[in-house]
Amino acid sequence: MKSRTNIGKNIDWWLVTIYLAMVLIGWISIYAAVYDEDHKSILDLSQNYGKQLVWIITSFVLAMMILLTDTKFFSAFAFPIYILMLFMLVAVLIFGKEIGGSRSWFPIGQFSLQPSEFAKFATNLAVAKYLSSLNMDLKKLKSVLRSALILVIPSLLIFLQNDTGSALVYSSFIFVLYREGLPGEVLIIIFVSIVLFILALLVKPVWVIAGLVLLTVVLVYLSRRNIRNMAILVLILIISSAYVEGVSYGFRHLLEPHQQSRINVLLGKDTNLQGAGYNVHQSLIAIGSGGFTGKGFLNGTQTKFNFVPAQSTDFIFCTVGEEWGFIGSIAVISLFVALLIRLIILSERQRSQFSRIYGYGVVSILFFHFMVNIAMTLGLFPVIGIPLPFLSYGGSSLWAFTILLFIFIKLDSYRLNVL
Amino acid sequence: MIRKKAYENRKVVMIGIIILTGMVFTIRLFYIQLINDKYLLSAANNVLRYMTQYPARGMVFDRNRKLMVYNETAYDLMVTPRLVHKIDTLEFCHLIGITRDEFKKKMIRARNYSSYRASVFEEQISKENYGYIEEKLFKFPGFYVQQRTLRKYPSPIAGHILGYIGEVSPPEIEANPYYKQGDYIGKSGLEKSYEEVIRGKKGLKIKMVDVFNREKGNYMEGKYDTVAIPGNDLYITIDAELQAYGELLMQNKRGSIVAIEPSTGEILAMISSPTYDPNLLIGRVRSKNYNMLSTDTLKPLFNRALLAQYPPGSTFKLVDALVGLQEEVLTPETRYSCGGVGATPIKCSHNHYSPLSLVEAIEQSCNPYFWNVFRTIIDNRKYRSTTESYINWRELVMSFNLGKTFNTDMPVEKSGNVPDPAYYDKYFGKNSWRSMTIRSLSIGQGELLVTPLQLANVTAIIANRGFYYVPHLVRAIGIEGRIEVKNWERKNTRVSSKFFYPVIDGMSRVFDAGHGTARYYRNDSIQMCGKTGTVQNPHGKDHSIFLAFAPKDNPKIAISVIVENAGFGSTYAAPIATLMINKYILREFEKPWFEEKILNTNLISPN
Repeated sequence: MKSRTNIGKNIDWWLVTIYLAMVLIGWISIYAAVYDEDHKSILDLSQNYGKQLVWIITSFVLAMMILLTDTKFFSAFAFPIYILMLFMLVAVLIFGKEIGGSRSWFPIGQFSLQPSEFAKFATNLAVAKYLSSLNMDLKKLKSVLRSALILVIPSLLIFLQNDTGSALVYSSFIFVLYREGLPGEVLIIIFVSIVLFILALLVKPVWVIAGLVLLTVVLVYLSRRNIRNMAILVLILIISSAYVEGVSYGFRHLLEPHQQSRINVLLGKDTNLQGAGYNVHQSLIAIGSGGFTGKGFLNGTQTKFNFVPAQSTDFIFCTVGEEWGFIGSIAVISLFVALLIRLIILSERQRSQFSRIYGYGVVSILFFHFMVNIAMTLGLFPVIGIPLPFLSYGGSSLWAFTILLFIFIKLDSYRLNVL
Repeated sequence: MIRKKAYENRKVVMIGIIILTGMVFTIRLFYIQLINDKYLLSAANNVLRYMTQYPARGMVFDRNRKLMVYNETAYDLMVTPRLVHKIDTLEFCHLIGITRDEFKKKMIRARNYSSYRASVFEEQISKENYGYIEEKLFKFPGFYVQQRTLRKYPSPIAGHILGYIGEVSPPEIEANPYYKQGDYIGKSGLEKSYEEVIRGKKGLKIKMVDVFNREKGNYMEGKYDTVAIPGNDLYITIDAELQAYGELLMQNKRGSIVAIEPSTGEILAMISSPTYDPNLLIGRVRSKNYNMLSTDTLKPLFNRALLAQYPPGSTFKLVDALVGLQEEVLTPETRYSCGGVGATPIKCSHNHYSPLSLVEAIEQSCNPYFWNVFRTIIDNRKYRSTTESYINWRELVMSFNLGKTFNTDMPVEKSGNVPDPAYYDKYFGKNSWRSMTIRSLSIGQGELLVTPLQLANVTAIIANRGFYYVPHLVRAIGIEGRIEVKNWERKNTRVSSKFFYPVIDGMSRVFDAGHGTARYYRNDSIQMCGKTGTVQNPHGKDHSIFLAFAPKDNPKIAISVIVENAGFGSTYAAPIATLMINKYILREFEKPWFEEKILNTNLISPN
C-alpha cells in the first residue's frame, strides 16, 4: 500500500527517461516522414503524427495504471493473461481484418488493434512464471520442452496470421533460457546450424563442405594427442556435412519455385531493385545521403517524398538517418544500447527470480526488434517487417512495448519488498 | 540464490552481444553516411529534376523596323523512358496521332539516348493539340511537355538571308558544351552567323519530385535556379519591300540580285533564285521539306548571291578602264579602232563608228577597245616582265575585293578567282605567257570568277568613286532595350578617285546615249549608271548580267543582277536592275512597259 501512495518512489528514472526520449524522437520522426504542406500541425489528428500523439498519451495512462497495480498481480495472473492472449490470437485468425497481407488486426472504430503485439509481454509473463517455479531445471529436457511449448504456441499462431517477423520474435527467448541455465552448447549448436543453413543456400554445398573439411583438418591437427577429441571432430564433420547437403537438397527439390525465390530475396541473392530489393535500396539511399549532420529537420527528400516505403513504421530509422545524419543515428543506437544494458543490470539486482526472468525477457524482445529492424534498414539483414520499439508509428506496438517495459519498472521498484 | 550466482556471469555474454551489435551498426553507418557518397548521388537522382528554361530567340527587323522573324510558342513532348510504365499504348498513339510502329521507333530512339534523362519524343506539337494532350498526360507517366519557341516569318521572303534553325547535331554538341541534345541551333544564314547573339542564354530550374514523379516545388527555394535570358534582336540592313519585289521579279528565273547602299555597305536586298518560303523549314514539317528542297535539281537551298561564281563578262571592262587610268596607260581621250591589227584577237560584235573614246567604249561595250587597254597594262615597259606587270594588275583588281572573301557577317561566301601568276606558269610554262595568252581576262572571261555580292560591291565602289564599306547584313543589335549599332570597316581601292569620273560618265551613257546598251530602260526621274554583261556559258545559253547604281550623284543604291541562261545582259538583267532601282528610290512608280514582261518570263520551264 505504501507504493500506491507514492508511485514515484523507487522507480528507475534512467529507464523512464530513455523511454520518454525514444517516444519523443519517434513522434518527431513520424511527423517528418509523413509531413506535407497541407497538414502542417503536428497535432493534426487526421495524420499519423497526430494519431501517434493519441497513442503516446494513452501509453502514459497505461504506464500509470501499471505503476498503480499491485506487483503480485503480474505474477499471479501470468498464466491467465497468457491464455487470454492465446484466445485473442486464435480469434483474430477468424474475425480479424487483413492489412498488408497479414490477418492480425481487430478493427475498433477508425483504429485497429494487433493482438500479436500484446502477446509478447503475455508470453514473457508466462515464461517468467514457469521458469521461476521450484522444480525447474533447464538441464532437463522436460523443462526445456515445456518452456519451448510456451513460446511455440503464440509464435505458431502469429505465423498463421502471415506475420513472420512477429513470429520470429519468440526465438529471442533463447537468451532468457540461456541466462537461466540452458547449456551454452545449445546456444552454440543453434547458432552454428543457422549459419550453416544460410551458407548452404548462399553458396554451393560442395564449398561449404570443403570449408568444413579444412576446418576439421586444422582442429584434428591441433588435438592430435587426443584420439577421443579427434573422433568427435570427425563425427561433427559428418553430421554437419549431411545437414548442409540435406538443407540444399530440400531447398531445391521440396520447395516450389515461388517459395525458393522468396527465400532468395531474403538471402539477398535476388537483388531486383524494382521488387523486394527496392525497400532496402531506398532505405540505404535515405540514410547514406544523410551524411554527418543530416539534411535537417523536415528536409529529408527521400522520406518526405515517399521514396522509402513504410517509412513511419518499420523504416522509421531512415528518417532519423537522413535528417539527423550520423550524429542522430548514433544517438538512437546509443539510447537502445543504454536501455538494454540498464535493463540487464537491473534484472541482475532483482531478488525475485520472476522479476529477473521477466527483465531478461524484456531485454530479449527489445534486443531482437532493435537488431533486426536496424540491420534491415542498413541492408545487413533481409527485410523482416517488425517495428522499432517506441519509435515506429503504431498504437498496438507502442502500447504493448510500454506495458512490457513498465511491468518491469514496477517489478523493479518493488524489489526491496521481496524477501 | 545459488542458481543465480551460478549463471550471473552469463550477463557478460549478453552485454557483449548488445555492444557488438551497436558497434556493427556504428561501423555500417560510418561507411554509408561518411565514406560512400554513392547514396548522396542516388538521393539527388531520385528527387531532383533539372528543367531547362529555353529563352526566346531574338527577333529580326528590317531596315525600316519591319518585323521579319518572330517567335511562336510550341510544345515538345518529352519522354523519360525509365518512368514510362504500364501505359495504354493504343490510347497514347491515338492521342498523339502516331502509329504503334512510330511509337516503338521513338521509344527506342529515346532509350538509346538515355533511360534516365528526358529527350524529345515528338517535336513541336501545335497549340491546339497541346491543350488536348496536356489534359490527358497524367495517364502516361514518363511524359511531359516542354515549352519551346518556333520561328515564324510574317512574309515568306529572304529565306537564304535569315537561314533556319534545327536540332543540334552530335558534332555540334561535341564542339560546344553549351548545347545539349534537343537544343536548337542556327543552321544557316543569319541564324547561324549570329547564333550566339540571338540564342540568348538557357536557364535552369531545379524541381523536386516525389516517388510518383509529381512536382513538389523548387529545390532550395530556387537558390540554384537560373533565369533564361532572351536572345538579342537583330536589326538588319535588308529592305523587306525591296527584297520581296526582287524575289517576285526573279520568279521562274535562275540567278541573283544583290543591292547595296554604297555610302554604308548595307545590303538592301539579296535575292537568290529559285528561293524557298522560310516557313517551310520550321516545326514538324522541317525535315520532310528539307529533304524535298535539298534534292530539288534547281537547288533552291543554294545561296547563289554568295556561293555562285560566274565570269564577270563585259562588266569587268569597268575595272579594266579604272586600272588602265590608274596605271596611266589610258586617258579618257584614248581612242582605239575596232578594226585593223589592234582588234585582231577580239572582234567587235556591234555596229558603230570607230575609233571610240573611253566613255563611248563603255557605252557600247566595245571588246577590241578593252583588249587594247588590257594589252597596254600588261605590256607596260615600266615593268621588267609580263609576270611583274600581271602581279601589279592583279593587286589593283583585288583591291576591288575580287578573288577574295569579305569575311563579313554571312556564314558562307565564296572568294571568286583572280588567277595567280603561278597558275599561268604552271599552265603555259614559266615566262611563256604574254598579254595575248591571257587576253580573255580583258573582257571578263577566262579564269576570272566573281560572286554576285562581289559584283555589287564593285558597283558600290564605282558609285563611291573609289572606296567601299564591307558589305554586311546587320546594322544593329538590340541589347536589353537599347540598340547597339555595329560599325563596319571602310576600305579604299588602289585607284584614285579622279579616275572614276570618266568611267561613271560612260556608265550613264549606257542608259542615256543613243547607242547605250540599256537605253530602253532609262527613267527620266532618276539618273542611272549601268553596265551590261553577257557571260559566255559553255554549258548552255549565255548568262545575262547587269551592274547599276543610281542616282549618278550621291548614289543611294548599287546593284548587280545575274540571270542565268538568259542571253544578252540588256535583255533581262538590265530591266530587272532598273525596276529594282525604281522601286527602292521611288517606292511607288508608274509601271514601265517591261515590268509585266519580266514578271511573265519563265526561263526555268518555258512553255
